[in-house]
Amino acid sequence: MSGASITAEPPPRAAPEAKEPGRWRKYALAAGFLAPAAVFLTVWVIYPTIYTIVQSFYAGSGFGDFAGFDNYRTLFTTDIFQTAIKNNFIWVAVVPALVTAIGLVFAVLIERISWSVAFKTAVFMPMAISAFAAGITWRIMYEQDPDQGAVNAGIRSVKDTFTPAGVLSSASPSTDELSGSPTTGYTLADSVEPGEVASLGLTRIPPDEVPEGAEQAVKPEPLQGGIDGVVWRDFKPGGGKAGEVEQDELGLPGVTVELKDASGMKVASTTTEANGTFSFEDLEDGDYRVGIGAATFAKPFGGVSWLGERLITPSIIIAYIWIWAGFAMVVIAAGLAAMPRDVLEAARTDGATEWQVFRRVTIPLLAPVLAVVFITMLINVLKVFDIVISIAPGSVQDDASVLAVSMWRTSFGGTNNFGLGSAVAVFIFVLVIPILLLNVRRFRREI
Amino acid sequence: MAAAAESATVPIVRPKESTATKTLRVLGKAPLQLLLVLIALLWLVPTIGIFLTSLIAPEDYTNGGWWQIFSKPSVATWENYDAIFSNETITKSLWTTALIAIGGTVLPIIVAALAGYAFAWLEFPGRDWLFIAVIALLVVPLQMALIPIFKVYDTLHLYDTIAGLILFHTAFGLPFAIFLLRNFFIGIPKDILESARIDGASEIRIFVRLILPLGLPAIAALAIFQFLWTWNDLLVALVFARDVQPITVAIFSQLRQFGANIELIAPATFISLAIPLCVFFAFQRYFVQGLLAGSVK
Repeated sequence: MSGASITAEPPPRAAPEAKEPGRWRKYALAAGFLAPAAVFLTVWVIYPTIYTIVQSFYAGSGFGDFAGFDNYRTLFTTDIFQTAIKNNFIWVAVVPALVTAIGLVFAVLIERISWSVAFKTAVFMPMAISAFAAGITWRIMYEQDPDQGAVNAGIRSVKDTFTPAGVLSSASPSTDELSGSPTTGYTLADSVEPGEVASLGLTRIPPDEVPEGAEQAVKPEPLQGGIDGVVWRDFKPGGGKAGEVEQDELGLPGVTVELKDASGMKVASTTTEANGTFSFEDLEDGDYRVGIGAATFAKPFGGVSWLGERLITPSIIIAYIWIWAGFAMVVIAAGLAAMPRDVLEAARTDGATEWQVFRRVTIPLLAPVLAVVFITMLINVLKVFDIVISIAPGSVQDDASVLAVSMWRTSFGGTNNFGLGSAVAVFIFVLVIPILLLNVRRFRREI
Repeated sequence: MAAAAESATVPIVRPKESTATKTLRVLGKAPLQLLLVLIALLWLVPTIGIFLTSLIAPEDYTNGGWWQIFSKPSVATWENYDAIFSNETITKSLWTTALIAIGGTVLPIIVAALAGYAFAWLEFPGRDWLFIAVIALLVVPLQMALIPIFKVYDTLHLYDTIAGLILFHTAFGLPFAIFLLRNFFIGIPKDILESARIDGASEIRIFVRLILPLGLPAIAALAIFQFLWTWNDLLVALVFARDVQPITVAIFSQLRQFGANIELIAPATFISLAIPLCVFFAFQRYFVQGLLAGSVK
């Protein structure tokens, strides 16, 4: 069972010259052709499989310390393994179905375009790349800082188009006279009547967030029949009085000031000048409220933490789908191409809509192909390894762990607990056995 | 899905079309075309991203993502690649990877072709059962072999050798290879073989002169698969080697300081994926054929 048998087998030569070789001669010839494969499969696959199964019932390395089911008990009760099992379960539940579905959609859609070869090449290309290199590629994509990670940069550019970041994302009121929150905006607590001056002091504005072109703040003179006021940075190096416009305090230009009537209805809005002043003219008598809208305080998009402990598994799954969608698409497209067109045409002639044809004819006819894709993905997902250890940063490796990763960690990650590692391997093996039986049944029928 | 339903209302085949309906049909497809262009671009972004990252000097990388190259092409430089190619660990590991991939491709093909021929055209008792056994081995996870083979290699001094890695890849590539080649060989017309046998050709001769040339498409497909599989391997090398590092392991050992080593990681990763990509583009047809033969069959 050791390597001795590698060299012990004679190389397959011995070609019989006789025209009608005897029965035994024929068998010997076949044995010669099969011998190298038999050696490889016995020494590297079958013998190790038996060894690993036995090892999983022993503690540590070797067969000195029989442990019964202890290793399996550890496997199902330890946190780190439970996380791995849970994650692998997520992979199994999500990935094969999603990859098959995406492959089906792509395969159906590209039948309607003239450049399907180019599309196929683009989507199929990641199949050639190692899962490891793909992982590193996606780790670069996922960097949290939107200035570095392309995924977050993409989200930010979309988000900024619809809800741009406010001028003053970190400001807060300098006195209690302004009340509210960054998400609702800030409004003066007291109502204002025409002819009065509103002072809206803000503080906690870092120097680099002061809008460009800001000048010395000015408290304007009261306005006849209108309301005016100032929005300024109520902060003076070395002190100063809160709520009062003082020398060296800057006006805040470009801030949107809103005017509401007594019932809370917005009646007008305006933008502040370089010195922070604003005014609403020609107002009817009555009580008004002056405030600054929430948009001014909207936080810029800080980036989703794709590689953080909460999102790490979905992030890796996205990268994995990027690799495998092409496989599903190509196999399903081939299945589509081989489909009897007359059946589809007959359905259409009978007045079925395209959706009905797809749902009632295409999918049932494609079922065997879809099953093959699904099962292939199931096997792949149970053994997923490279992409997990290449995307997950060290700090979240435990959160992202799957069975194959924990098998490697346990067996070769320093602790070298071969018994426990074998138990993990056997667990993976047990999970693929139904697929193994399925394959065998399928081919027994075929032969 | 929504797009599928939407465009599904447009009939594909129609005997006669007026110019107006044709225009309508093409226009109706515009959203679908746009959607697919977008998806295709989206699929290309990561690969473009790692290439551009590999061109940015580390001091510029801290200033922004790889797309800064589009607005500031001057930040692109080959310096990182110069550094990579003068880095002995990396060049040596590329060489190691090539040796493993070539050995791990040639050996299993020879072994599998012999076995595939026996399963397809030689008669012996238990043939079908043995072939079913091979099919059963198809899905055995290689995790089942890591620990025992680790011990065997330790005893036989195959640990940390290129040969050890090639032998392991050969064994685990065999079930698929035998399966694929047997199914292809069995499709070779029986008459050709029979007439060769009647003419007195030995089985070895038939195998070398007839089966191998006729089986070339399947062998080519298999070769591409095996090459990609061995070139792209990380786990096997991680377990059975320490100093004999293929490129994936060499990069893996740098991952601990991902941000700090980006100027090394990005170009090394790009080189490691550029070679399989070239193989893929050169032999795409065989690759797809092999894939279909292996899965749909």
